[in-house]
Amino acid sequence: MASASGDIAVELTDIEKRFPGVLANYDVNLTVRRGTIHSIVGENGAGKSTLMKVLYGMHQPEEGSVSVDGAEVAFRTPADAISAGIGMVHQHFKLADNLTVLENIILGSEPSRGGGRIDFAAARSSITEIMQQIGTELDLDELVSELGVGERQRVEIIKVLFRGANILILDEPTAVLVPDEVDELFATLQRLVDDGATVIFISHKLDEVLSVSDDITVMRQGTTVAHTQPADIDRPGLAELMVGSELPSPAGRNTTVGDTVRLAFRDITVDGPEGRPTVQNATLDVKEREILGIAGVEGNGQFELCAALLGLTASAGTVEVDGMDVSTASTADRYDAGLAYIPFDRHREGLMLTAPLWQNTLLGRDHEPELRNGPLVNAPAAVAASEEIIERFGVLTPNAHTPAFALSGGNQQKLLVGRAMVTEPSVLIAAHPTRGIDVGAQAAVWDEIRMARDAGMAVLLVSADLEELIGLSDRIAVLFEGEITAQLDPDTITAAELGGYMTGVRQREAS
Amino acid sequence: MTTTEPDISKNPLDKILTPSQSPQLQTAIVTVAASLLGVLIALGISAFILAVTGKNPVDAFTTIVETAGNTDKLVEMLDRATPLIFSATAVAIGFKMNLFNIGVEGQYLFAALISAQAGSSVNLPAPIHVLFILIVAVCAGAAWASIAAVLKAYKNIHEVISTIMLNFIGLAVIQWLFESFFREEIEGNLNVKTKLLPNSGRMPTIIDGRLSTVFFLALLVIVGYYVLVYRSRFGFRLRASGENPDAARTVGISARTMVMLSMIISGGVAGLVAMKSLLSEAYAYGPNATPIQLGFAGITVALLGRNHPVGILLAAMLFGFLDSASATLQLAGVPSSIVRVMQAIIVLCVVILNEAAIRRLNVRTAEQAQAQLAPEVNA
Amino acid sequence: MTATDAGSVTTADPASRFSRPQRLAIQALVLLSLLSLTRMWTGFDNLTSSGTIGAALRLTVPILLAGLAALWSDRVGVVNIGIEGMMILGTWFGAYGAWQFDPWIGLVFAIIGGMIGGLIHAIGTIRFGIDQVISGVVINLLALSGGRFLSELAFVGEVQGGISQSPPQKRGIPIIDIPFLAGGDLFGWDTPDMFGWLEERQWFLLSDLAGIGGGLTGGVSMASLLALAMVPLSAWVLWRTAFGLRMRSSGENPWAGESLGVNINRVRYQALVISGGLAGLGGGFLSIVSSSFYRQGQTAGRGFIGLATAIFGNWTPSGILGGAALFGYSEGIKLVAGGSLTGLFLFVALIGLTVTLSSLVLRKQQRALIAAAVGVIAWVGYLTIAEVPESLTQGLPYFITLVVLATASQRLRPPSANGVPYRPGEAH
Repeated sequence: MASASGDIAVELTDIEKRFPGVLANYDVNLTVRRGTIHSIVGENGAGKSTLMKVLYGMHQPEEGSVSVDGAEVAFRTPADAISAGIGMVHQHFKLADNLTVLENIILGSEPSRGGGRIDFAAARSSITEIMQQIGTELDLDELVSELGVGERQRVEIIKVLFRGANILILDEPTAVLVPDEVDELFATLQRLVDDGATVIFISHKLDEVLSVSDDITVMRQGTTVAHTQPADIDRPGLAELMVGSELPSPAGRNTTVGDTVRLAFRDITVDGPEGRPTVQNATLDVKEREILGIAGVEGNGQFELCAALLGLTASAGTVEVDGMDVSTASTADRYDAGLAYIPFDRHREGLMLTAPLWQNTLLGRDHEPELRNGPLVNAPAAVAASEEIIERFGVLTPNAHTPAFALSGGNQQKLLVGRAMVTEPSVLIAAHPTRGIDVGAQAAVWDEIRMARDAGMAVLLVSADLEELIGLSDRIAVLFEGEITAQLDPDTITAAELGGYMTGVRQREAS
Repeated sequence: MTTTEPDISKNPLDKILTPSQSPQLQTAIVTVAASLLGVLIALGISAFILAVTGKNPVDAFTTIVETAGNTDKLVEMLDRATPLIFSATAVAIGFKMNLFNIGVEGQYLFAALISAQAGSSVNLPAPIHVLFILIVAVCAGAAWASIAAVLKAYKNIHEVISTIMLNFIGLAVIQWLFESFFREEIEGNLNVKTKLLPNSGRMPTIIDGRLSTVFFLALLVIVGYYVLVYRSRFGFRLRASGENPDAARTVGISARTMVMLSMIISGGVAGLVAMKSLLSEAYAYGPNATPIQLGFAGITVALLGRNHPVGILLAAMLFGFLDSASATLQLAGVPSSIVRVMQAIIVLCVVILNEAAIRRLNVRTAEQAQAQLAPEVNA
Repeated sequence: MTATDAGSVTTADPASRFSRPQRLAIQALVLLSLLSLTRMWTGFDNLTSSGTIGAALRLTVPILLAGLAALWSDRVGVVNIGIEGMMILGTWFGAYGAWQFDPWIGLVFAIIGGMIGGLIHAIGTIRFGIDQVISGVVINLLALSGGRFLSELAFVGEVQGGISQSPPQKRGIPIIDIPFLAGGDLFGWDTPDMFGWLEERQWFLLSDLAGIGGGLTGGVSMASLLALAMVPLSAWVLWRTAFGLRMRSSGENPWAGESLGVNINRVRYQALVISGGLAGLGGGFLSIVSSSFYRQGQTAGRGFIGLATAIFGNWTPSGILGGAALFGYSEGIKLVAGGSLTGLFLFVALIGLTVTLSSLVLRKQQRALIAAAVGVIAWVGYLTIAEVPESLTQGLPYFITLVVLATASQRLRPPSANGVPYRPGEAH
């Protein structure tokens, strides 16, 4: 796999990094050999991204030293790291949608024709060369907004290579890719490494790490806890190092799916911009004690489907909850009818960050008789209700008056899960319920969902985490370009096959 | 290695805050402290400006302090604060929904004209007549504001631009209506107005005619604002929609409805701004009789008062006081136009200091929360 | 004016055979023809006379500069409500400079005055992170109160000066006539006035074009030419230079630039100072060219109209020029010919007719209905209203602003991160 390499590309020694109230990294030691793919593994919140941002000059460490190619460096901005040959491909792409591919690539390192003018011709020829090198082709004058996820990632890689990087940091690059695209990415990385580059690969997906790495460093709770190689360790061993125990599994149940249909939607169609529908004729049933998973690459209509079911966007078609037609009901009425929702983005759609937890709990529930005093809010009752959620769902917070921004992501998510489930809904629509939270919180959320399911709740689960999807669901429906293109049995499907359906490569008639 | 604890960074707020206070109390303390500091800094800057332009700042400040000791002037302060309270409350209602109602100016002038005309055309028994005028004023202000409301809710036109345009359009419409239909020509009188209100439509003044009883109406409005925005379910939804419109929408609170209601209520309150002038001073609307610029003054008062009922009351009194001092300043040889400059600088300083202080507070709150929850970290 | 569907800069309308510039040219030609018809039918020659157009140009410039100020600010991601205040500073400092020294010095003072406003806005929003709209509103308040205070210090007691107006300038900015096109001087030889000759013929469309040409080339202030030059200059800087690319990226996704080593805050400071300078120049134009002294309230909301032109100009320099020209023209008509205003009713009616017909052909029924309604109302207005009251015409530009904003195409592309708070280093 790795080319013979004796010297060290990057060395981080005793790094400590603090943020207000948080010790993000401490006693971190990392040695990356040149010409290798070095993975950094850890769960969400372990400090991997922060460490890489230190290496990339986006943060400055409180203590410790960084050396690149044997020489000690002190990067104050990414520009410094870039000139040292380090490039970073971020987990959340840093691309400007309304600018062209070319403009996004050259931003900040524009070739000059003198007098401040950009030399577009020179830019074009260098980029074309790079694209040939990594075996990809993109229209440089296309707006980034038109590109798909895999293409955007390639733009990010080209950005990095355009600046002459020979040490590439990739932060959770496979989070948004389906299995086929993952293979393509790994092939590209191998090509780069064979040409002499060094790759640092951050991930929490153990199988990928084991398959592609030359070296592995494990991080846990802000520090490096182990260094190993794929030959010397297996998946359970890695999991043990990463979280100190076995990784929680979403699978396993001891009840069976019931017969009553709790959520039924027929021919849901949502119009999109420029006349193309984002959801077309979506039709599904979800029964009691059933978890129906919706699989799909982000942007294929999942968000719009959930919004349609909740009445947040106009749609054609019908929706029934427990037999009651709510197709023309308002969102508030649909919640009253038994729907509940864990939103996609907890900051944008879920929480009021500067408001105390008890007000966040009250949101959407201020009409309940116990929480109101006629036209006025019954604050003490709302506080008590939120304390109930905090207790039952294990939200770690000093008290119910703490503003939501002071909680960690995992605890914010637990609050949202609690808020959705404490009213014992008939149907729970859960969108990425465990995205971006640590393993402990993830296990807690899965437990709650499973318990409620066993008690009779129906769940529509939208997730990009294939493991979660396959483990929790009783059935999986694939959403591709707004249409339900397949219904699959999680017991018989593999992640690779599921990936094929998600990208439309495979099609099967929806049963 | 060493045992470390998340080190709470040195924070100047530590001097005034203790862990036992609730986050909301801490916010209040920090806001008051930052605002006071802002006022002081602004006064310092104003003194500097005066000195640099060759006027004596000491004269200015001694004059101001003297004015503060004059009870007549203090009563005048309350009287001047009255329209500012209405205006600032109107602006604050918009702010709570994240809407900038710069159109209070047009809304109140329109309401003044319409209510003056309506009030002088009927004859009702005394308290009902006044009530009638007030209701017409509220409705007229709300109606004018509803134009901007619809444009925002349905066309997503930024309310700053639309309300400012409507201010200018309003001035044109008012002038046209007044000159074409509503003006009352009195021989030899250059101060043209609408027909005067009959006695039953007027509100009395107290303390030798220096304080209008409309002041008490303003106090009522402030209390109403408090109950509506801070205690009622509607106010909760309003603030939620202003803080995070997406989250509010997701739980079923219609942003469009909130925008409309917020602007319309704001316009309704704006309609009361000229009521002091109409009901207890000029008893009519006239281009020279009805005060202008009160809409913009309300914006400064709302910003200074941080949109809080008590803050608005205090800020309105402060600005009312400074306005009453401007006459005496002129007599002392200080350019009275410094007062408006001071008011603008005060607002700027208070806004900046509050932003900085609240940020520090948020950082501190997050630190405290993590410190209470994070286990001790060992190497 | 009609709603244009030329809002989208990027994806071409699949139904259209013409490129965007071609479509715009065709639309302009159609509008001009309708205007010409109106002129001939009603006999109101000053609908397209060079006098009106010349006045329109003078009225367009301040709005154009305000619009460009909004462009530079919005494109970098900062909402600038304070353009009005920066223009006020421009009017004051411009008049002061023109009174004390020389009109060109006045323009320089005006630019600097505006830049100071821009700097305050930058410090408030970038260094201290206060809300961008609030910062703009406060700058407007500072400028209003500051203008009065400074006038009390500098102008009170001077001849023709006072707390709300400055003494007049010593002399004005030179006005030129372009040789041949407008009969200007060429090395002492009085050239023939071609546009003028053509205009007198009163031929359909040609004379109107000549009127427009004459208005733009005859009796033109050099300051106007300077202002017009800012349009291609802005376009060149924004799309062809590294500075411009970084600026636009700051307004689209500042975190992208930040991750590539671009100092977003520094770019924003620079852009806001430029924005203030443009606004200041606009103000200076008002007090030095449009009139010869500073007067309180001179800006009359043009800063906000400028903001509006940036919006429906889709944040492009040429779009802003078009929007500003629309206002300039409507203000020019108002000034030059009170009665001709009723001619505009006919013009709107004709537009309504044209749009109704074209919408029916394109099967856009809702648009046809709205256009027909507007056309009928305008036609009735033309027939019944003899003269629009003076007081109402004062509100015309603001009314037109609202109407255009309300009907502007939904396919506008504002800079994605416009108004979004940005702090360096924050996790995103």
